[in-house]
Amino acid sequence: MSNLLNKSRPLVFCPGCSHERIARILDKSFQNMGLNGNQIVMVSDIGCSGLFDTFFNTHAMHGLHGRALTYATGLKLARPELNVVVTMGDGGMGIGGAHILSACRRNLDLTLLVLNNFNFGMTGGQFSATTPSEAQVGSGFLNRIERPIDVCEVACSAGATYVTRCSAYRKDLAEEIERAIRHEGFSVLDIWGVCTGRYSKQNKLTPQTIDETLSALPPREGVVENNARKEYGRFYREVAESQKPTPPPAKIEKKFDPPESIRQEVIILGDAGQRIITAGDILCFAGLTAGLKVTQKNEYNITVLRGPSISEVILSPEDIGFNGIYRPAAIVAIGQEGVDRRANLFEHLDKDALIILAKGVEVPSSNATVHLVDFKKQGIKTHDRALSSLSVMAKLNKVINLKMLQSALEARFKEPVLTSALGLVDRVDIA
Amino acid sequence: MPLSLMEGNEAIAWGAVNSGCRFYAGYPITPATTIFNTMLKLLPPMGGICIQGEDEIASIGSCLGASMAGLKVMTATSGPGLSLYSEHISFALGSEIPIVIVVIQRLGPSTGSATRGADGDIQFMRWGSSGGLPVIVLAPVDINDCFFLTMHAFNLAEEFRCPVFIASNKEIAMTKESIDMDAIPRPKLKERAAPPPGKSFLPFEIGSDRMTPDFLPIGDEVLVRQTSSTHGPDGYITTDFDQIGKNQERLRKKIVSAVDRFSFCEAYMEDDADTLVITYGVTARAAKEAFMEQKGEGKPVSLLVLKTIWPVPENLIKEKAKSFKHVVVVEMNLGQYVREIQRILPDKKVHFFGQMNGKLITPHQIKEAIANV
Repeated sequence: MSNLLNKSRPLVFCPGCSHERIARILDKSFQNMGLNGNQIVMVSDIGCSGLFDTFFNTHAMHGLHGRALTYATGLKLARPELNVVVTMGDGGMGIGGAHILSACRRNLDLTLLVLNNFNFGMTGGQFSATTPSEAQVGSGFLNRIERPIDVCEVACSAGATYVTRCSAYRKDLAEEIERAIRHEGFSVLDIWGVCTGRYSKQNKLTPQTIDETLSALPPREGVVENNARKEYGRFYREVAESQKPTPPPAKIEKKFDPPESIRQEVIILGDAGQRIITAGDILCFAGLTAGLKVTQKNEYNITVLRGPSISEVILSPEDIGFNGIYRPAAIVAIGQEGVDRRANLFEHLDKDALIILAKGVEVPSSNATVHLVDFKKQGIKTHDRALSSLSVMAKLNKVINLKMLQSALEARFKEPVLTSALGLVDRVDIA
Repeated sequence: MPLSLMEGNEAIAWGAVNSGCRFYAGYPITPATTIFNTMLKLLPPMGGICIQGEDEIASIGSCLGASMAGLKVMTATSGPGLSLYSEHISFALGSEIPIVIVVIQRLGPSTGSATRGADGDIQFMRWGSSGGLPVIVLAPVDINDCFFLTMHAFNLAEEFRCPVFIASNKEIAMTKESIDMDAIPRPKLKERAAPPPGKSFLPFEIGSDRMTPDFLPIGDEVLVRQTSSTHGPDGYITTDFDQIGKNQERLRKKIVSAVDRFSFCEAYMEDDADTLVITYGVTARAAKEAFMEQKGEGKPVSLLVLKTIWPVPENLIKEKAKSFKHVVVVEMNLGQYVREIQRILPDKKVHFFGQMNGKLITPHQIKEAIANV
């Protein structure tokens, strides 16, 4: 198999840098696997490890610091057949921490080589997420008062299915990289090396001291049995295949004439849990059954189970431009919190505006006509009062009629909800 | 004409899949989340991919990867997420990666108000990336535009190999409206251009009669390099000042010089008017009502609704504004796009009305602004 190193772009690392050794070994892994350049994409980011993509005759994508895994994710999901190899330094690993955690949790078939040389070589030897506290680096005392992370332990606890901690000088590194690439899932190799340009000028770090330190740590080598599971891309495609296609939204034919063919605005004021938004929806569908244009705006608190719930609906035979509410034709007032939120609405109401008011809710005085309904006496539960109010509105032939409402329910609901909703609408007494 | 009911955001999602979008990644954020929800229903059953990124940086990053692999991609967010997109917007601009970015604006600054509308990120979209290269931004007014402009956004992203923004607003995005999707004119779909068969390929080589490089996806037969570094035609770092300068100028010119071809707008011109109202986005709905009322009252004004915001459609604006003494710019912020209007119409009296309190600007407020001219 031919060498994939780019002959016109010779390796340019500092003399003695272990990155150079890793680049040559990675090429050997590719050769051992019999891969062509177009079966591989090298993904890299910033720092000396970010030069890797330029040295190989493969596909390549080089981007921003710490973000290589994000591009790799898109590439692999779009091209499952590609071998996606990501190089990142300890710097990129630190700044891209969220992406490492996420890649470990997903288990997409990417191979991450962390070229860990314990400092930011390119910018002047500042401390990284892996710099030992006792090291002398370009960030003054700062590394002494933080502690480094062990990316292998982090990866294991985040769910990585293949994790190896090793030296760049390990004899079978080519075979280990090959095993990592062949592993179907996310693999992380934490490869310790020497930065001769910066780090090892002030700190004793040699292949021997790396071996000594590694041997004192609990080994991390290969498949993490506890985390073994399906590869994400394969799993995704399996689940996706079983998803039912979503049909385009239902089209509602005009079947009826509305009580009045003019722009009409309705505000439904209630409390969370009263199915206010659903009622707004139904009102829109009712409009569509009469060939009207509709808009609906809703307001509720981010804590969706508490606080006011408001739906503003406009029905109009003309295109609806500005969709703020000017002169509501009807106000449904069934919850005190909704009423209180829009208390200043009432003073401007027209005489012919209709307020459908649930007994027990108080509204500010206004010119509008109040139609009081005792839902409690009718045995209508609080979450049914919004739809019941629409029934009252329809039975009073205000904005909508009963046929529009029934037809809207047929368009909006399936059985068994439909029958119960139609039954409710039928049962509601306008008083 | 049977109608459907959906949110502006749903219409964007339908517009996207009808444009051939097959990859979506996003991070939940009100008021953009329903785009993600809809894409998650639409894409997987049709063989596409929809994922939730661990953050906004990852979401747009994975879109860039998928786009380089040849898919049409989209992401959506709001102001706080747009802030995090910045580094990858620069990447897409400088390295010519097609992507549609939907920004559902909400009241800022910062986390601001999640459920209140605003158009406060109009200059941020233009300038919120390193290097300052021009971008394309389209602004819908209503649900039909959400569908229509999304399809055009994909075409523009493909044709110019660039990020294209949809600048929507909570007040359009989360408002449900009646829509007849089948009645909306659909543009012929465009695809990024592949090199002619047999022609040698360099990832950023520009043909003599071209402004945009040909595209081959990462993963096919021919090797493709993509890089965020300043690069030459071969996709490797270059230090050649002449080459760098020419490329930057090309990246600017390919967008700016083409805007006359995609200057989407609505213009309502009145012969007797001496005032032109210029606006965009949801505010245009109030402006149209103000326009009708002014006309009914015998005090006509003209109205120009811009749907292409960036690059500034300068020729269009100059042409439409030429016979007016006064121009009133109305926008849901404290004065952003008015700067552009002042810049290109130095001989007009340019007035401004803006509001940034989470409420829609009303037709009445616009009429007052016109009266104050």
